This record gives sequence, structure tokens and C-alpha cells, in this order.
Amino acid sequence: MSLLELKHVYKIYGDLHALDDVNLKVEKGEWVSIMGPSGSGKSTMMNIIGCMDKPSKGEVLLDGVDIAKESSKNLTLIRRDKIGLIFQQFHLVNYLSALENVMLAQYYHSVPDKEEAMQALERVGLADRARHLPSQLSGGEQQRVCVARALINYPEIILADEPTGNLDDKNEEIVVDLFHKLHAEGTTLIVVTHDPEVAEVAQRTVVLRHGKLEREVINENFTGTFQH
Amino acid sequence: MFLRMVRGTLFRQWKKMLMIAFTIALGASLCTAMLSVVLDVKDKVNQELKAYGANITVVPKQASILNDLYEVEGQSAGTVYLKEDELGNIKTIFWAFNIVDFAPFVNTEAILDDGSSVAVTGSWFHHHLSLPTGEELDAGMNSLRSWWDITAGEWIDEASMEETAVMIGDALAERTGLSAGDTIHLKGTEKEGNYWIAGVFNAGGDEDQQIFMQLNEAQALSGLDGCVNSIEVSALTTPDNELAVKAARDPSSLTIAQYETWYCTAYVSSICYQIQEVITDSVASAVRQVADSEGAILDKTQLLMILITILALVGSALGICNLVTASVMERSRELGLVKALGAYNRSVMSPVLTEILITAVVGGVAGFFAGIGFAQIIGHSVFNSSIAIRPMLIPIVTILVLLVTFAGCIPAFRTILKLEPTVVLHGG
Repeated sequence: MSLLELKHVYKIYGDLHALDDVNLKVEKGEWVSIMGPSGSGKSTMMNIIGCMDKPSKGEVLLDGVDIAKESSKNLTLIRRDKIGLIFQQFHLVNYLSALENVMLAQYYHSVPDKEEAMQALERVGLADRARHLPSQLSGGEQQRVCVARALINYPEIILADEPTGNLDDKNEEIVVDLFHKLHAEGTTLIVVTHDPEVAEVAQRTVVLRHGKLEREVINENFTGTFQH
Repeated sequence: MFLRMVRGTLFRQWKKMLMIAFTIALGASLCTAMLSVVLDVKDKVNQELKAYGANITVVPKQASILNDLYEVEGQSAGTVYLKEDELGNIKTIFWAFNIVDFAPFVNTEAILDDGSSVAVTGSWFHHHLSLPTGEELDAGMNSLRSWWDITAGEWIDEASMEETAVMIGDALAERTGLSAGDTIHLKGTEKEGNYWIAGVFNAGGDEDQQIFMQLNEAQALSGLDGCVNSIEVSALTTPDNELAVKAARDPSSLTIAQYETWYCTAYVSSICYQIQEVITDSVASAVRQVADSEGAILDKTQLLMILITILALVGSALGICNLVTASVMERSRELGLVKALGAYNRSVMSPVLTEILITAVVGGVAGFFAGIGFAQIIGHSVFNSSIAIRPMLIPIVTILVLLVTFAGCIPAFRTILKLEPTVVLHGG
């Protein structure tokens, strides 16, 4: 059984088909990129996979559970337990330190554990910046805090929305290397991007256009390493 | 983490929180001031209205029947009297503390030197009374007839003046050519003698033709020792309602519960009933003009105060609503993020609510004390006295502040409930 499976998924707003009969399978431990131009339905797809929205039609099976049929309350629970979110604009709480931002995800999941949060920051190489506020961190560092926050509750899937969209080349490389490390550890990664270079690092790239799944590209030479 | 988030927001949005606290303080202060006045205005207005005289008259039962038959208000039949030694009982009734003043009256006639007859009334003037309960009080005409204009001399003071001191109406003074300091010879049915005129008054009515003297002297003139024709009582009362009207008609028609409520409320009819219980063969009745005026003025004053309170609270709620909603909108990304991280709506709302409650407590406490100050300003400028702050005000204001705060937060909470993390985090 696939970890994630989309079966004939539609998302319709009036006359607009944001997603139009999309079928997709993601296996456990796989690294998949979702690519496409603006308005292709990438964000809509991410919202549905991230349990923040429901499809108009179709099934979305996450670990065997059809999340399309779940209540908002259950979706919150599933999102909390199974999904780790990474955003293009980081979305760190600006009055909390890096460590507290990581602990925030623990707080809403179970119980904040300072040591565990510190270990997550160590994994992303930011142990020495734990006490800093987001405004005292560079963009790349903020994104790494965001990755640590996404990892802290051991989610089934890390869902990253344009994770390198706001980063310079150097930080982009650091973040992609981090993804590679996570993938090597067995983490399932779904990365939404419009950057072909970032997309091509993944094992498989899914291309969306006008809400339809246009094509899938398997990276035969997958190494997970990133070269500009 | 929860407290860290609350503290973070309170410090980060301190200007907004200060505005919210100020809005709550404003509402709480007006609410406290108005409710303090509402709770105390009854006594204050009653005290003011006491200047218009007694609101209860007590006459012998038989005299009351004759009064009813012949519609002669305020007069009493000649042969039935109340007992002077029972007068102190008036201050032993359930509502004794609401009896502000009272005075007995003996009505008689005397013959002047020119052979003409003059009405003589005996009463108390600053009469010191030692009650069986151990209470001491001064009662009498001086405050019951506070509107009298003393045109010459002064009020009789029983403590410092001879028993033969009298006051005469200015019409009589003019007719007889007498004034304060002169002596007048009076011949009653049982006694005659010279009386010293302590003062001349203008009452603007029939009393201007009369002589007022101390009770004992009037009783001696007419041989009515220990007898009283009527008693006037000034009491602090509660405006009548349906129960009071029903009870005034027939107390026996009330149920036990209604009777207890009525008996234990300072309705004028209830006080009259209790006076009748302690004065043998008496009928106590309300002076309707005064009692009704008290009720109407109190009702209108209280209504005005309550309306101002409601308007202040509504204004506060609207202010809180705008400020809290603006605060939530400003933090929509943060709130959307915690929703995306898996927080339930109640978890998202609880820090917001805690912040507002902390702000409300600060604003409410500040407003409460400011309101006490406002109440004193109102008390001194309107009633020339302090407004009593009742302990019951604290729970009332607390509940109202909380209700207004919650009401003001409703739109903000609706915004939080509708907040879609997808919209605020990456624009849909």
C-alpha cells in the first residue's frame, strides 16, 4: 500500500478546475517533486495533501485513510500527526526563539520537550543559534528552523512548499542537502517547486499544468545531491 | 509555551492591549459610577425629598374612618387619641432605620386676651428621645417643616428653651401685632398662662394663623395629658410596585411568600402596616403626593442611570470588538500557522482569550477604582454627599465587564474560526 494515493481528485471553484482528475501515488521513503507554472494547481494539491483543504471529488488516501471524507477536526489531528510543513516564507513566530519555534509544533502535538527540540536544531546545524529570534537569523537559517519544526513530531510526510523560493544559491544548496539527508534517513518528501533545478534533485518529478497531471519524470541518476 | 505566547503578544502588541484596557476601563468606570449612584440614589433622593415633609400620617382608627367618610384630610376627630407613650415604638419596627423623623401633634384651641380664639398645635421641637432599644434620637418639627420661613426669632429648641416658648404664624403675628421676643397670654380649657414667642414663621398656609408650642404645654392647656391627635412620619421608602399596591389594598390577600417579600421591603404600605402594629388602634397612611413623587423621581433617575450604563457597556463592547478583531487580523499569519501545525480552534483561541482576559482584568480594576472616584464626584456635585460603595458592586461590575469583553471578542473569535491556514500562509 502506498503511503499517499490520489485517485481521480478534482478541486473545482465555480468553472475553474484547479485540480482535474489527478492520480498520484507516493511510496514511503520516496522524494517527489511537484512542478508546474503559476496556476497549475501545485498549491491546491499541497493544501489537499497537507490536510488543509478537501477535494471536490475523488479519494486521497493517506496511510490507507481517505482524508477527503474526514471532518475538519480529524483533518487537524491527521495533519498534526502525519504531516510536517515547510513554507516558502518560513512562517516563524517572530517573538519566539528558534528553539521555541520548534517547541511550538511539539506543544500543539503533545508536550514540549526542550532537549528533543534542541536535537532537531542540531540535525539542521543550528544548535548554536537556538536562542536567537527569527529576525536575528538569515533566510537560510530560518528555513532550517522551519525544517526542524517540521521534523520534530516525526511525521509520515514532509511537505515543502517552495522551500528554496526565498533563498540565495548557497542557502538553497544547504536546504536541499538537508532534504537529501532526511531522505537518506527514510523520510518521505514531497517538494512543491517551480524551480527545475530543485525539482530534478528528487527521485521523481510530477509536472502539473492547468490542474492536470501532465507528466511524471523519473530521475534515473538520482543521488539527492544538488549542483547549480 | 502557552504563557510564553501570551506574554509575547502582550508585550509585542502593548499599544493595542493598552487601548483595549483603556476601552474596558472606560466602560467599567462608567458602569461602576452609574451603578453606585443607582444603588445609592434611592437613599439620596429620599433624603432630598424629606425636605418636602412627612410621607406617612398616623391617626386614631376612629378618626380615620371619620376622615374617610367626610374626606377631611389631616384632621382628627376630637374624642379619640393615640397614646404618647407608644411613640417610641415607631423606632422599633422592622424598618426602624428607614424612619428618618417623626413628630406627634395635639390640636387644641386657646383664647387670646382680645377674646378671639386661636388654633394651638403642640408638637416636638428637637425633642430628644431615649428608646427602649437603647437608641437615642432627636425628632420633631424642625426637619418635618424645614420649608418654613422663620421671619423673626428662631426655631424652638426644647433643650435650651423654657417649656413656655411658642412659635406663631406670621398672619397671627400681624393680626395681634406681636413678634419674636414678645409674650402672649393664652387661656385653654384646663390652663392659662403667658407664653414667650421664640419665633415667627411663614408656612404659606393655614398654619400661619396658628400657634405652635411644645407637646406637653399643649396637652396641659387642653387637659389631654398623654394624648396625641396624630403623628407625622418621614420614612425612606421603596417605590411601589404591583405587590405593594395589592398589599396596600389588603395585606391578607397576599400569599405567605408575597407577604414576606412585601413585609421585608421598605414599601410605604409595608412601613404603614408595621407602624399600625406598634401604635394601638391607629391607622397609618401614605401622603400620596410625596410618596408618588418619590417613586416617579426614583424610577426616572434609576432608568436614566441604567440607560447610561447600558450605553457605556455597548460602547465598550464595540470598541473592544474593533480592537480585538484588528489584533487578530494583524496576527492572522501566526494564528494560521498554529492551525497548520495542528492546533484545534479552541487551542488557537485560548491564548487570545487569555490575553484579552488579562487586559480586561487590568482595565476592569483600573476602571472600577476610577468609577468609584466618578461616583464620588457625582455624589458631591449632585447630592452634596458621598456615594456609598456597596460590596455587591464588585461581582456585578466583574460580571458585566466579563460579559462585555466576551461579547466584544465574538467577532474576533468568528474570524479565528473562519481563518484558513491555506489562505494566510500561502495565499490559497
